[in-house]
Amino acid sequence: MADLNQMLKMLGELDDQLVNCMRCGMCQSVCPLFAETGRESDVARGKIALLEFLSHEMLKDAKAVKDRLDKCLLCGSCAAACPSGVKVVDIFLKARAIITAYIGLSPVKKAIFRGMLTKPALFNNLLALGTKFQGFFTSPVNDIIGSSCSKLLSPLLGDRHLLSLADKPLRSIGNLNTAPGKSGLKVAFFYGCVVDKMFTGVGEAILKVFKHHGVGVYMPIDQVCCGVPSLASGDMKSFEDLVRMNLKLFGKGDFDYIITPCGTCTSAFHHVWPLMGTGLSQAERDQIEMLAGKAMDINAFIVDILGVSVVEPAAGAKKVTIHDPCHLKKSLGVSGQVRTVLKANPNLNVVEMSGSDVCCGCGGSFNLQHYSVSTKIGKKKRDSIAATGADIVAAGCPACMMQIADMMSQAGDRVAIKHPVELYAQTLG
Amino acid sequence: MVSQSIKQAFASVVGNDNVMDAEADKHSYSYDAAVLDPVLPSLVVRPTTMEAVGKVVKLCNDNGLPITVRGAGTNLSGGTIPSKGGIVLLTNALDQIIEINEEDMYAVVQTGVITAKFANAVAAKGLFYPPDPGSQAASTLGGNVAENAGGLRGLKYGVTKDYVMGVNFFDVDGNYCKSGSKTVKCVTGLNIPQLMVGSEGTLAVMSEFILKLVPPPQASKAMMAIFPDIMTASRSVSAIIANKVVPCTLEFMDNFTIGAVEGFAKVGLPTDAGSLLLIEVDGHPGQVAEEAEKVEKICQENGCTRLQVAKDAVERNKVWEARRAALSSLARLRPTTVLEDATVPRSKIPAMMEALDKIAKEYKLTIGTFGHAGDGNLHPTILCDRRDTEEFHRVEKGVDAIFAAALELGGTLSGEHGIGLAKSKYMELETNKASVLFSKRLKKALDPNNILNPGKILGD
Repeated sequence: MADLNQMLKMLGELDDQLVNCMRCGMCQSVCPLFAETGRESDVARGKIALLEFLSHEMLKDAKAVKDRLDKCLLCGSCAAACPSGVKVVDIFLKARAIITAYIGLSPVKKAIFRGMLTKPALFNNLLALGTKFQGFFTSPVNDIIGSSCSKLLSPLLGDRHLLSLADKPLRSIGNLNTAPGKSGLKVAFFYGCVVDKMFTGVGEAILKVFKHHGVGVYMPIDQVCCGVPSLASGDMKSFEDLVRMNLKLFGKGDFDYIITPCGTCTSAFHHVWPLMGTGLSQAERDQIEMLAGKAMDINAFIVDILGVSVVEPAAGAKKVTIHDPCHLKKSLGVSGQVRTVLKANPNLNVVEMSGSDVCCGCGGSFNLQHYSVSTKIGKKKRDSIAATGADIVAAGCPACMMQIADMMSQAGDRVAIKHPVELYAQTLG
Repeated sequence: MVSQSIKQAFASVVGNDNVMDAEADKHSYSYDAAVLDPVLPSLVVRPTTMEAVGKVVKLCNDNGLPITVRGAGTNLSGGTIPSKGGIVLLTNALDQIIEINEEDMYAVVQTGVITAKFANAVAAKGLFYPPDPGSQAASTLGGNVAENAGGLRGLKYGVTKDYVMGVNFFDVDGNYCKSGSKTVKCVTGLNIPQLMVGSEGTLAVMSEFILKLVPPPQASKAMMAIFPDIMTASRSVSAIIANKVVPCTLEFMDNFTIGAVEGFAKVGLPTDAGSLLLIEVDGHPGQVAEEAEKVEKICQENGCTRLQVAKDAVERNKVWEARRAALSSLARLRPTTVLEDATVPRSKIPAMMEALDKIAKEYKLTIGTFGHAGDGNLHPTILCDRRDTEEFHRVEKGVDAIFAAALELGGTLSGEHGIGLAKSKYMELETNKASVLFSKRLKKALDPNNILNPGKILGD
């Protein structure tokens, strides 16, 4: 596009949403980033003001506005607390796409999104190569968490404590398409990038749950990223490409639910896909609407659909605490079910941490671009977890699991990080 | 614009990271929560030490740069809009609670401490800091003192000024000054702490406060009373107080607001009710039970059609849900929310409501009114769209009329939001020429170059 007038026109279309912000500043009290920096442009009110000033040409520097707009975890805490009901995350996603189209995508992001994410064969091969060689570059630091660090790669990765890529991705199981069993239900399983490549145990646990409850599974292994990372970077083209690739696999909808182990992926189907993607056809939009109605988080599925309920904890049960991922709790309203899933395991005793729904600081690519402040936010989460004295922390989002693993490992904690479904699956024969 | 060398001078005091002069950053500090036009500062400075504050103030004075002190920017009267440009001084890095003294019941805090965080820290020690402005989750204590912020507990517990025992501040030359004391009694010198309260950053740059704490009430009881009209609700308010009961909270909502709350929050309010009162009494358990019974009886005697007394914490929370949802519910109806705080003697609430009704009709405005009935502090909230210039012109005329009406009824321009830019033009209407001149002389003596938040309260 690279046309100023076009950008202004598109931003102008957001004006009805921008003007709803009454500048009360209440978003300051819940924004994890603002808590660290105290900068107005880091909080929703400031970003919305900048977008308004830009769209009214009171402010000329679009690049500066984009930089400030990009510095956001997209956790949605502000939207959840906004008295005026301003749809902050929707505005930010749209505005990022509009301004990125005007300024252009950075070469690095272009390489990642257009060169890799939308070319799954290449992406998978590259990661397979990474899996083969990761042992040469990293040394283990924490056996409970399973983290390593890498001196050799530190220019690229900083001092992060990383989890290893799985020896074999989940997709190596191959395509699944089984008939409904005793439940009479059939679900599509959208495992998401991180579970495919890192937390394969989460994927296996989910398949075990489906099997135990007699749920038929459709799991095509050609599925690709849900597109949220592309969209968060303003890359509408990659987003639409990814949506189309997934629609080819899931668009027929011959299943009752589409289940994911990740709050972000579920909210992508549920909320982001219907909202975005102006370049999609009506037929594709119809498929998106259908998927939005069928998308469900695994915790919600286990409790609300399979009817799993709480049992009495056994003597000597381990202490588990819960981190509520932003997209899971704030955009999908799933938090009670997570607790039920954990309490369904008699060997667990749930202890709540303070601020369980405060963002862990990961925010997807925010962690890559703003590692230092991401870490500051993450350390607070680590402190809340450590204060409970729990043996295990459960988080229903693979990205949060990575961030929490990094924080706990750096602090030298011996606390295991698990997806709730892994802990539930332990109880099944 | 400030020169590179002045910018450098600020940077050498607070560090490069804490001086912002990019166009986008300056725009981020050009507004506050008041519906007024933004004005850009030349520079934004965020000191992280008290020493740096003094140096920044001196640099501003030496260079004739206007200085607008900003905490959270939740101001509703434009007090933190840098209307004359110059420097915005951010206080949110000065956020230490220095001491909470349980024996002598006071606290020492820095200016940038967030009100709710402070109140929680005090509560954790078994004490109570009552001022609870609606913005408390975000607002800073410095801003509360500067604006003399109020809240829902004003009737029984008073407002911010009733809890300020001492203020330390930097004068316009950057000298560090102390006033007040940690003792309950203190008559040393001029009553400078109270001079600073409500001064809106026009006399000095406040840095630390000594705040009074009180024991928390042992018990409380909340109830919701529904009335057919405003008259019956107002008569109940007067009768409650005439019967020597001072509730800690006595909140009012008009029919329009009830409808808005019910439409949005669905808390089970009768939308045909003329008005409702949310009442809470607190204190010793015996006294609470007795007072709650008295209040119930008085409301019923004065025409209340339904009264619901909360039996436990869950029900109490339900009673307050309606009040908490008031502003949100109104704010969602139209794009722009102009929240005013015209205040009248509580016996004049019916007359004020009548006046608001007339103003709404005359200027074709949508006004929802809720607020603190016990202290007469009403929040007529005008719902509009500031992009519609014709409509917004009517809003401005309507606001003029609202304040004229409040003054005519023996009320005041501001119960808790301050004067700032928004209401400076009415100052003489409430006081008189000599009073404004007196304030101007005081300001001139303390701030000869007129750099401390110029244009606020007293106009140009």
